[in-house]
Amino acid sequence: MRARDRDPQPGSRTPWPMLLPALIAVLFLLLPLAGLLLRAPWADLPQLLSEPEVLQALRLSLFAATAATGLSLVLGVPLAFVLARSRRPGISVLRALVTLPLVLPPVVGGVALLLALGRRGIVGQHLEAWFGYTLPFTTTAVVIAETFVAMPFLVVAVEGALRTADRGLEEAAATLGSKPFATFRRVTLPLIAPSLIAGSVLTWARALGEFGATITFAGNFPGTTQTMPLKVYLLIQNDPDAGIALSLVMLLVSVAALALLRNRWINGGAL
Amino acid sequence: MRRVMSGAVAVLAVASLAACGSSSDGETSAAPGLSGEITVFAAASLTESFTALGQAFESENPGTKVTFSFGPSSGLAEQIDSGAPADVFASAATKNMDQVVEAGNASDPVTFANNTMEIAVPADNPAKVDSLDDLANKDVKVVLCAEEVPCGVSARKVFENAGLSVTPVSNEEDVKSTLSKITLGEADAGLVYVTDVKAAGDDVVGVEIPAEDNASTAYPIATLKDTENAALAKAFVDYVLSDQGSAELGTAGFSKP
Repeated sequence: MRARDRDPQPGSRTPWPMLLPALIAVLFLLLPLAGLLLRAPWADLPQLLSEPEVLQALRLSLFAATAATGLSLVLGVPLAFVLARSRRPGISVLRALVTLPLVLPPVVGGVALLLALGRRGIVGQHLEAWFGYTLPFTTTAVVIAETFVAMPFLVVAVEGALRTADRGLEEAAATLGSKPFATFRRVTLPLIAPSLIAGSVLTWARALGEFGATITFAGNFPGTTQTMPLKVYLLIQNDPDAGIALSLVMLLVSVAALALLRNRWINGGAL
Repeated sequence: MRRVMSGAVAVLAVASLAACGSSSDGETSAAPGLSGEITVFAAASLTESFTALGQAFESENPGTKVTFSFGPSSGLAEQIDSGAPADVFASAATKNMDQVVEAGNASDPVTFANNTMEIAVPADNPAKVDSLDDLANKDVKVVLCAEEVPCGVSARKVFENAGLSVTPVSNEEDVKSTLSKITLGEADAGLVYVTDVKAAGDDVVGVEIPAEDNASTAYPIATLKDTENAALAKAFVDYVLSDQGSAELGTAGFSKP
């Protein structure tokens, strides 16, 4: 891999007309981040990070993103399996529908969640009538909002891996008498592990950054529903320096997630 | 380029002064020769009244176009100070206008309206809220504006005046999103401006707050330093301050300053 980098094969060199646009693209993507780094009040950072409300928001963000990733794994992996393996008619329509949240504006997702699971929602009203439980304004609502927005990332990653996985191994296991679920657990799952992990990290990162669906469906209350992006949004209106500092924290967490993804599990740009 | 621009601005400013001077007989808005576009940054609570004012202004001054950006005053002030291309700023609190003035982006703001707070409940009032005291009940889901925005500051002032301790289920980012949580029935009650209850029509019901506990907020307006159409910006501000403007604001529920 190293050797190939240093010694490009003939014909693999980048055509020169692409270099300038590529450079502009890099600048475009990295300049705003550089702006954030240069403008950040580094000196105030330790003090800001010790504020209880900020810590609370960070803790809640990490918890909710992790819970949303867990929920996505439990529900999303089986869904990906069904999408990849089922031959039933209409499966491609289903695939398109369940990946809709990928392109849906998150605020719209939040409104949809309210109308379905809110106190007056089609399902939510029964939750309240039967159990006296309402979802909006709870931490559970944050997890649901984040799962709604982020799970499709996992489904897409895992489904792709399942489609390209070697079916021969599964068939061999089946011939040797392995039951379907055992085959899935002991043959298929290890085969798709790298994609599963990459998809999980992506899902986690997307959930961590979620803003629109959360503020619409779950509201904003410190310790219960106020995640870091919400805190950043409100701070930037009142105390820009604090908002910038918190943005920096989110940037560092995101970079850490990507670094994890690159170094550990992805071999050479499979993502 | 910069010099040419400021020269043009100066010419327009003189033109606008001349226009104002010539129309001293009540017809302030019928300034001839106004044209072009301006962008007005206005507090979310001004959404309905300013939209109506803008339409009236445009029809009285053919060839002009007023575009609005509504949002929380604090956020708008921040955008203006970061160089957002706005011509007029109408804030729901003097604090946010002061911030813009201190940054050198506006001068001589004028207060054009006052607003007071009211309790808003969903039309069927599920929690049977009929006074401020009910909001302190833990079973009542209350939404308030975040403390960072003017309506949140006023809401907390009301509770302070009434000696009540109220814990909301959510601190919303502006008054309109507070109202929408009530309109949708997700929250049992919230504190919004009198004008917002009026604007929401039949979807919400207002419960009055006793005058001695109520908090009011002043709305200042100013043209912005970086405007490229100072004449039109000034004309719009004059229109808001005119009898027609205050009549429209009165209909929306604002009181005179």
